[in-house]
Amino acid sequence: MTFRKYLVLAGVSVFAAAGDSMLAHGMKQTGSISLHHLQGVILAVRNPWVAGGIVLLLAFFAAYTNALSWADLTYVLPATSLGYVLLALVARFALHEQVSPMRWMGIALISGGVSFVAGGPALTSQHHAECSAFAKDAPASSAAPASALSSGAKR
Amino acid sequence: MKPLYTWGGILVVVFFSVVGDILIARAMKEVGDVHELWERSGLWTVVGRVLSNATFFLGVTAMAAAFFSLLFALSWGDVSLVAPAAASLTFIGNAFAAKIFLHEKVDRRRWIAAVLVAGGVALLAG
Repeated sequence: MTFRKYLVLAGVSVFAAAGDSMLAHGMKQTGSISLHHLQGVILAVRNPWVAGGIVLLLAFFAAYTNALSWADLTYVLPATSLGYVLLALVARFALHEQVSPMRWMGIALISGGVSFVAGGPALTSQHHAECSAFAKDAPASSAAPASALSSGAKR
Repeated sequence: MKPLYTWGGILVVVFFSVVGDILIARAMKEVGDVHELWERSGLWTVVGRVLSNATFFLGVTAMAAAFFSLLFALSWGDVSLVAPAAASLTFIGNAFAAKIFLHEKVDRRRWIAAVLVAGGVALLAG
């Protein structure tokens, strides 16, 4: 794992959560859209929050596909939920909103889940086209730190 | 009848999300490490490789199907049930599908992670 790859994973989590919440905020301003009034979608896109949310979700998709090119799906997916933890922390400590005990439980579960996966290897599937050396022979989770070091040193 | 429709809708959403994630993950493995590809042959080669991959487009189609079935499911059931249920079941479904179709080694720590994250997402969105 190089520093650049950690940046991509950070992008996955931040863009997903920020994009979703901007979109949700904007859609609450524009009101509900029904199948009979599809022109409402076009009006919604003109809302700056909705437009910003779409841009962030496109950025998420770029980071997500980028990460999937060198890491397992089961490694990248927990990262997509980590952003919601960040959002809740921002809500609590920057915006001074109330965060319910249920939500704190959710934050704890997601953080625990992510830390479980992050300790292991990023790539375990075999049929990777032209992969970096660290991916090819990482049989057990214990092999990850050493191989991550060597691939980091290469750059 | 109504709960049946709601849960049926949730399962359809989960199905398309999992299919989309698996197809896109497979497509990106076919493309190869984009960082290395970028350094070797430039950004446009990366973009070209991704956009000429049929699996990638199948995956995007499945994700679009997931999005629209989510809209339908939301019109049948409460947001507070549909959104967290679909999101957390997708995590579990993806762990199974990644093991079967992508041959990822989903070991105990990844199973625990999938269950914890699924529970956490359900609590946050609920």
